[in-house]
Amino acid sequence: MTTIHLEETPHLTYVLRLADSALVLSHRLSEWCGHAPMLEEDLALANIALDLLGQARLLYEHAAALEGRGRSEDDLAYLRDAPQFKNLLICELPRGDFAFTVVRQTLVSAFFHPYWQLARGSTDRTLAAIAEKAEKEVAYHLRHAGAWLVRLGDGTEESRRRTLEALDTLWPYTGELFEVDAVGEAMIEAGIAPDPASIRPVFEDTLDRLLADAELARPSAAWMQTGGLRGVHTEHLGHMLAVMQHLPRAYPGARW
Amino acid sequence: MYSQALNERIEGPRVVEDPAKLAAFQARIDAEERIEPNDWMPEAYRRTLVRQIGQHAHSEVVGMLPEGNWITRAPSLRRKAALLAKVQDEGGHGLYLYAAAETLGVSREELYEQLLAGKAKYSSIFNYPTLTWADIGCIGWLVDGAAIMNQIPLCRTSYGPYARAMIRICKEESFHQRQGYEIMLTLCRGTAEQKAMAQDALNRWWWPSLMMFGPPDSESQHTEQSMRWKIKRFTNDELRQKFVDATVPQGLYLGLTFPDPELRFDETTGHWRFGPIDWSEFKRVLAGQGPCNRERLAARRKAHEEGAWVREAALAHAAKKRARERAQRIAAE
Repeated sequence: MTTIHLEETPHLTYVLRLADSALVLSHRLSEWCGHAPMLEEDLALANIALDLLGQARLLYEHAAALEGRGRSEDDLAYLRDAPQFKNLLICELPRGDFAFTVVRQTLVSAFFHPYWQLARGSTDRTLAAIAEKAEKEVAYHLRHAGAWLVRLGDGTEESRRRTLEALDTLWPYTGELFEVDAVGEAMIEAGIAPDPASIRPVFEDTLDRLLADAELARPSAAWMQTGGLRGVHTEHLGHMLAVMQHLPRAYPGARW
Repeated sequence: MYSQALNERIEGPRVVEDPAKLAAFQARIDAEERIEPNDWMPEAYRRTLVRQIGQHAHSEVVGMLPEGNWITRAPSLRRKAALLAKVQDEGGHGLYLYAAAETLGVSREELYEQLLAGKAKYSSIFNYPTLTWADIGCIGWLVDGAAIMNQIPLCRTSYGPYARAMIRICKEESFHQRQGYEIMLTLCRGTAEQKAMAQDALNRWWWPSLMMFGPPDSESQHTEQSMRWKIKRFTNDELRQKFVDATVPQGLYLGLTFPDPELRFDETTGHWRFGPIDWSEFKRVLAGQGPCNRERLAARRKAHEEGAWVREAALAHAAKKRARERAQRIAAE
């Protein structure tokens, strides 16, 4: 089946951003399965990946319903090309080493935990229901990743060096978490989306507390990456989708 | 502490056991009592279990690799979630089994080092490659199906911690087996290309699945003693036959053919009779000359080596934390 094109309204675009971010990050985490530093982490990272995949599926289902053209979650995940994906760039970066994965998961979860807490009050009833579930899951992700951030920051010289490197690399991708474009404004206006500005203080508090325990300093990047929300991605997403979408693309119309 | 006593391993190849203790032990086994970690047991019983549980645990963690190979390429979100959860279950089985082995006085690290050094065995089946999506169906249907045949009787094995671990593992395996069969069913009801994919996978996985039950009874070195100790309750050949009898009708229902021209139903015994197994292939793969032996071990070693700094960091942090807490306590006193 060829690539599909959705008729996007701001509401649909907004839900796709959430869905794509959850799916893409889940995919990156799932790449660890069988290759983690210890069996316990094989299980934990798979667990987080499964939570995010579950969130993505609910969000795609919601997006398909909003579009109203009878498409499935799989159509949305497997039949859109990279420029149509609206995920945050931070989610698509290759899995890196364990420090990279831990720092990324901490940053993303430190944002999404308060995000989903607030989204429970969304005027979009479906989104509010998804938020109920996601908030509890992300609380665990944050606890798990945060505990590792502290261990790695306060561990050995090597773990500290790797964690600092990861933090430096990832920090410029945190700007996007708070980006509000016309779509975002419309959603905040309609009471569908929480205002990221109200999330920032919680995000920063969480991070400062963890970084203090890890004896690490918050990087001071003057510039921030941007583009994911508009479908302008890093070079990595295309490769990821080529792998992920291979079967449905190679055998158009087949059911699996 | 009793666990320290357990950690002291009896060295030497041959231990002369007290005949009175041996007789009492055998009587407990015969009375279907469970043997628990602190009970007296013959050294050979302990070693047999360590070897068996260790191999079983290694099989679970090496088994994560061939299936993990398809997590990023699962063809639908539902399949992706099921496969990821399944591979995660295998890791969980590895964990319970290493824990069960630890009750016999051998550490997980020791066992794992044996695996990485190529000294410990794991199931030969995981040295075959997963080449198409249908292989994921076949692994669930055949490999987990064969594992269940082997493992259901282990829920009643004489060693308590092993038996209890197997109860949960079997529940999960039977779920995996149904999932695998459902993948096969979907493929066989799909397009001609999908059905061909399913047939090709069955052709490649059938014989290696039969080999999973181990060498024929006539050549099995460990069967007799293990049966007496009720570590095993059925012989390799008995279990293999049960598996064939259960699986052939399932394959025929899918509309697939088995790669065995001698396969036929024996009306008088009610069993499916199968052709000779190529035991030279089995021995070769077990000895390290299968298609993926090197890759599987290399992948495990790579993960272990690349994770070393993480494990060291966790230990270093724990030590620092303890030291800080101790210093605080002293300061407070």
